[in-house]
Amino acid sequence: MDLKDIIKPENLVYTKTKNMTDKELSYCPGCGHGTAHMITMEAVEELGITEKTIGVAPVGCSVLAYEFMNVDMQQAAHGRAPAVATALSRVMPEKVIFTYQGDGDLAAIGTAETIHACNRGENIVIIFVNNGIYGMTGGQMAPTTLMGMKSSTSPYGRTAEQNGNPLKMTELVAQLEGTYNVSRHSVHTFKNVKKAKKAIKKAFQDAMDKKGTQFVEIVSNCNSGWKMSPVKSNEWMEEHMFAYYPLGQIKKDGVLVNNSNQN
Amino acid sequence: MSKVIGAIVVDIDKCKGCELCVVACPTDVIDMTKEVNAKGYAYAYMINPEACTGCSHCATVCPDGVITVYRTKKATA
Amino acid sequence: MAEVKLMKGNEAFAEAAIRVGSDAYFGYPITPQSEVIEYLMTEQPHMRTGMVVLQAESEVAAINMVYGAAGAGKKVLTSSSSPGISLKLEGISYMAGAELPAVILNVVRGGPGLGTIQPSQADYFQAVKGGGHGDYKMLVLAPSSVQEMADFVEDAFDVAFRYRNPVMILSDGVIGQMMEKVVFKPQQDRWTEEEIIKMNGSWATTGKTADRERNIITSLNMRSDAMEIHNHKLQAKYKLMEENEVRFEEFMCDDAEYIMVAYGSSARIAQKTLDIARSKGIKVGLLRPITLFPYPTKKIQEYVNNGVKGFLSVEMSAGQMVEDVRLAVNGKAEVEHYGRNGGIVPSPTEVLNALETQIIK
Repeated sequence: MDLKDIIKPENLVYTKTKNMTDKELSYCPGCGHGTAHMITMEAVEELGITEKTIGVAPVGCSVLAYEFMNVDMQQAAHGRAPAVATALSRVMPEKVIFTYQGDGDLAAIGTAETIHACNRGENIVIIFVNNGIYGMTGGQMAPTTLMGMKSSTSPYGRTAEQNGNPLKMTELVAQLEGTYNVSRHSVHTFKNVKKAKKAIKKAFQDAMDKKGTQFVEIVSNCNSGWKMSPVKSNEWMEEHMFAYYPLGQIKKDGVLVNNSNQN
Repeated sequence: MSKVIGAIVVDIDKCKGCELCVVACPTDVIDMTKEVNAKGYAYAYMINPEACTGCSHCATVCPDGVITVYRTKKATA
Repeated sequence: MAEVKLMKGNEAFAEAAIRVGSDAYFGYPITPQSEVIEYLMTEQPHMRTGMVVLQAESEVAAINMVYGAAGAGKKVLTSSSSPGISLKLEGISYMAGAELPAVILNVVRGGPGLGTIQPSQADYFQAVKGGGHGDYKMLVLAPSSVQEMADFVEDAFDVAFRYRNPVMILSDGVIGQMMEKVVFKPQQDRWTEEEIIKMNGSWATTGKTADRERNIITSLNMRSDAMEIHNHKLQAKYKLMEENEVRFEEFMCDDAEYIMVAYGSSARIAQKTLDIARSKGIKVGLLRPITLFPYPTKKIQEYVNNGVKGFLSVEMSAGQMVEDVRLAVNGKAEVEHYGRNGGIVPSPTEVLNALETQIIK
């Protein structure tokens, strides 16, 4: 068959969501942020809530998320996105509020805001992209940097004596009464993207239904920070990151999931 | 044999040459060009278009959303 | 219907916040201003007007909640005292950069550090010179009575939305804690969503409808040329405030040879000093700046041109506002400072003594 017989509007099966702007993403080649943006915005589009969704961008690589996500957005001070989202949700309970944060933002400087927003059970969605490093500032150690992992501020590898242990924020917030759905995903394969998107979609729906805080972690790569090719970084992520940050549902509909059920 | 056939269209200017689509494609349709785009990246193209089933795996993992996917039933000869 | 009540300055601020139709208050307890959030929690304004009141996990969280609600075009307030305001400065700088209107009350206590819980005016620099990072200004209102603690809430929102800029009410432990008669205006309705979209829809994140582009609240610009243009825009706004928003009160300045300059509770003390001095035949006047930024610089220059020989800045600090008096006077007359620190409130006779020894000589 000739290509022109296939490439017709009626045969379209996938194109970038209109909820993303035409602006070229500022992320490095192969960075999971783009995919995480895409599925977040697809979920909003599919739920038909674009007009009432307001996002909060963090400080970090995704500081410019508001340039790419075609909804009303606020850019928050470093770590404060859950506080900003709390206010948005409180003063406009009819709207759907989400934050999009990296590991430095959410798990280091914003630990207090994250934990307290989750503990209050704010009806917001928190998308947490964990790539175990500070990407924007040039590859410094993050609270989620793996043990032994090298970064520009742990040049000989992270040690417990010097730096403490990698922080499992997602397991931590799952313990709080206020969280409703807590899960960990990745976006590096088709199957994982589909699962992550399903979780995000449910998170938005449950936030809209005022069921509490929805927390979706996406373990992702940072090929620039990790100093690997995009394909290699995803392989390294599978081998090392997933070992410490296992994918799966941690809390579902307000109930902690038995760890042995994790995939 | 698949009863459907697909095709992808790559937004060449926005492709960053990360190759994640190459890995994601279950039927080895995609390869990277030898030449580069305006930004200096090799970009994705269909080296093996007959094998495309329009499954969208490539587009789904593309972080930059540069791949558009089409799919139709194969014309019977 | 106007109502007369006897209450603390902090409570008057809180009651006025409800009455002007505020949408939200976010705060964190700290002495000597905890009555603000206590009053609001007790009054349950969500029952009266639908106003949201939330005790945040920190001052940092509270000011960022203010950022969020202000970014949605809502009328939002917070309050704190000195150490807490230091924590809020990052958020205030972001708000100035993102051009967000909000009202921030500082009931100043003695510092530095944890300092004391007693009244002070040592946060003048922090309030009027920017405080946080970057070139920005807040309009600063200085109440000197419980009545003004109430009245300035409406005034502050008015200028905050007119200029899309945070406004600080710079009070102190005396004004916050003392009880006085206060007259309240009738309850105003909160803005409806339609009204907010009509007034603030060009910038507020109320949800991107099909009829407009998305609204973005940010203080970031990756390009320095664009950031410079943004800075010029902010500076033009502050200049406009200097031209249009200066407020002050004068006491017996017409024939004065010497002028005391004092704001807030110091102005009340200086008023008593004025009475004593005048009864002794000293030709002294009192200028009470009501706005600290913009400052009544031109008024002070007028006094100098009219032959005033000396100025005494009276502040509960080591001498902060005195610098603005000196800038206005520009070396053309004597300028001295008298103040107490660390939570000590000076007496009128102390101030009179300073006037007689430092200025009149």
